Amino acid sequence: MAMFTGVTDLVSNLNALAGGLFIVATFGIVVARQVRACLRFFILQSFFLAVSAFLLGMSPFSAHLMAVGAINLVAKVWILPWILLHMLSDEVYTRREIDQVVSIPASLIIALVLTIVACFFSLPWLRAVSATGAPCVNIPIGLAGLFLGTYTLTARREAIPQLLGLLAMENGAFFAGIAIAPDLPLIAELALVFDLLILIFVVAILTRRVHKRIGTTTVGMLAKLREEPYK
Amino acid sequence: MILIVLMIIPLIAAILSALIDRPRFGAVITLTGAIGILVLSVCSIMGVISSPGHVLVSIPGWIALDAFGGLILFLVAFVNMTASLFSVGYMDFSKGGSRRYYLNFNLFTFSMLVVPLLQEPNIVWIAVELTTLFSVLLVGFENTHEALEAAWKYVVLTLMGAAIALLGFLILYWAARHARIESYTWSGLLLAAPQMSPTLLEAAFIFILVGFGAKVGLVPLHTWLPDAHSQAPSPVCALLSGVETTVVLYVILRLLPVVKLVPSLHADMWLVSFGLVSVGAAAFLLLQVRDYKRLFAFSTVEHMGIILTAAGIGGGLAHTGVMLQIMGHALTKSFCFYAAGSVLLLMGTRDIASVRGLIKRAPATGVALLLGGLAIAGAPPFVLFMSEFSILRAGLHRGEYFTVGLLVLFIAIAFFAIMNHVSRMVFGSDETGENSFSMPLPMSCKFTLAVAAVPVAVLGLYIPGVLYKLLILAASTMGG
Repeated sequence: MAMFTGVTDLVSNLNALAGGLFIVATFGIVVARQVRACLRFFILQSFFLAVSAFLLGMSPFSAHLMAVGAINLVAKVWILPWILLHMLSDEVYTRREIDQVVSIPASLIIALVLTIVACFFSLPWLRAVSATGAPCVNIPIGLAGLFLGTYTLTARREAIPQLLGLLAMENGAFFAGIAIAPDLPLIAELALVFDLLILIFVVAILTRRVHKRIGTTTVGMLAKLREEPYK
Repeated sequence: MILIVLMIIPLIAAILSALIDRPRFGAVITLTGAIGILVLSVCSIMGVISSPGHVLVSIPGWIALDAFGGLILFLVAFVNMTASLFSVGYMDFSKGGSRRYYLNFNLFTFSMLVVPLLQEPNIVWIAVELTTLFSVLLVGFENTHEALEAAWKYVVLTLMGAAIALLGFLILYWAARHARIESYTWSGLLLAAPQMSPTLLEAAFIFILVGFGAKVGLVPLHTWLPDAHSQAPSPVCALLSGVETTVVLYVILRLLPVVKLVPSLHADMWLVSFGLVSVGAAAFLLLQVRDYKRLFAFSTVEHMGIILTAAGIGGGLAHTGVMLQIMGHALTKSFCFYAAGSVLLLMGTRDIASVRGLIKRAPATGVALLLGGLAIAGAPPFVLFMSEFSILRAGLHRGEYFTVGLLVLFIAIAFFAIMNHVSRMVFGSDETGENSFSMPLPMSCKFTLAVAAVPVAVLGLYIPGVLYKLLILAASTMGG
């Protein structure tokens, strides 16, 4: 066992690095100025999620985690951007600046605070089962991913960045999941990815219809439906 | 076996209605499928009641049905049947796209049917997410500015909730693994709960309650609900408001006996506070609605809050009240939306102020709307009166005077608000004097109103023996 400790140490350090890069990519989704940049940061985030799954699957070897990493790589780094690029017209992807409800520096500070809050939130959970190793890295970072995704959803007005915020939330949950639930039945994983692809497909159709019908994808500005008092 | 056939029927109906493009074909195949589903679900409920452990198992650890699941299955099957009947007439007046409509309709039915049948909580999460994904395009079906806005809000808020709940389910799995659970199913969780770490269980429960609470329509994450439930085509509204919310609530209630085994979690306090806030907010919002479909949508928020509060109060009497309320809400709310949908077909407006004197202009629709309004507001002798009464009694019995007091106040405000709007629509004097409708009410819509009115009118006075047994067994699955 002792001879493996060195390798395990290296792997867990690499996993921590992947976690760090994952959170950096998530910050990118929060602050990117253009839709394309937002998408690129999301692809990076998914890539580091897959890397973390591969690393955790190395020691002790788990074919299951390897499969999860591979599924993620194929579905989120390859298929998903392809669907988005092909189903949505160029207008969605023109190189223009997208406005946010909160300015970018303020967003950065809020994102930082949320990350710290996520760490404090997850401490009692880790203590409850006296966890060591991967969960100590993956849970706080996964939770931070979830929080930052939620923040992206509320601070963005554009359709595609809102969708990417949603997907970033799921990525955050998965990032925690690969450490705490490494032996989920494979059918659940496959169904999850299937689910994800339907999600992209449905939201892309909806975005296209909104764009065609209303002429904008700034969905944050849609406000026809609300309660009004009697005149 | 019967359960698997039950899951396959809507898929076959979906494929057929997507492939074959003939007028009315989708409607016929969907209605046939819906009747088949209803018959099979009644058969499987009989099986549940007569089997020794009151569980019907198809694939051990994956697909099974118990009494609580059976109740939900029956409600989904019944409302699905009436909704597909209403769709026949509704779609005749739609501007085409019926293939798209029936494809999504059947897939949506499939996703709701599998939730009570599945036993592995993680897979249940996937099924719940599918209910959102398959219904989004139905919400935006009318393709108007308002409908697309509603669909966007719906998809973003409920999927945000689903992602939060996903982390909850993963933490639940983590806690269960640490407790060396034997089989990760609802019943396995119940056995393993005493060994599970309370901290993790609490985190999982709160994440799931908040996440799925968004989809149930609990305040403050309810903002999408009145939009989506009012902009969708009326038969879809009946499904969304009547059973989709209930299906998601079922998942939260499934966890309740598990978390109640760990008293330090104060699960009951969480449920009561979430529930009361929802009932209260909905009651005051009901006072100022101007759109009658939104009226019934807000009433859904109110009823979900009542069910959650009752589940928090706990005890045998409250749990029976919960089951009665779930049943009464699903049957009555779908009926209300058929009545509202008929008014919309006749008048072509959703504005309460523009609809007056229905009782003279369209007597059948007027009576249906009045019946629905009285029943959903909880007037005696309807089933929701019985359930609310037993919930309040259970609360007094447990000494929860503050909770009961607030609940009575909010229910009274909601009653006044709903009846105020409905009575003006039905009896108010018609100043315009016009007597022309944009179109006559289709035959199938009239027929749906008649079919859906039967349980609404009858169940408050008489509950068939089998159904009563099912309700009692379902209440017992919630624990003491």
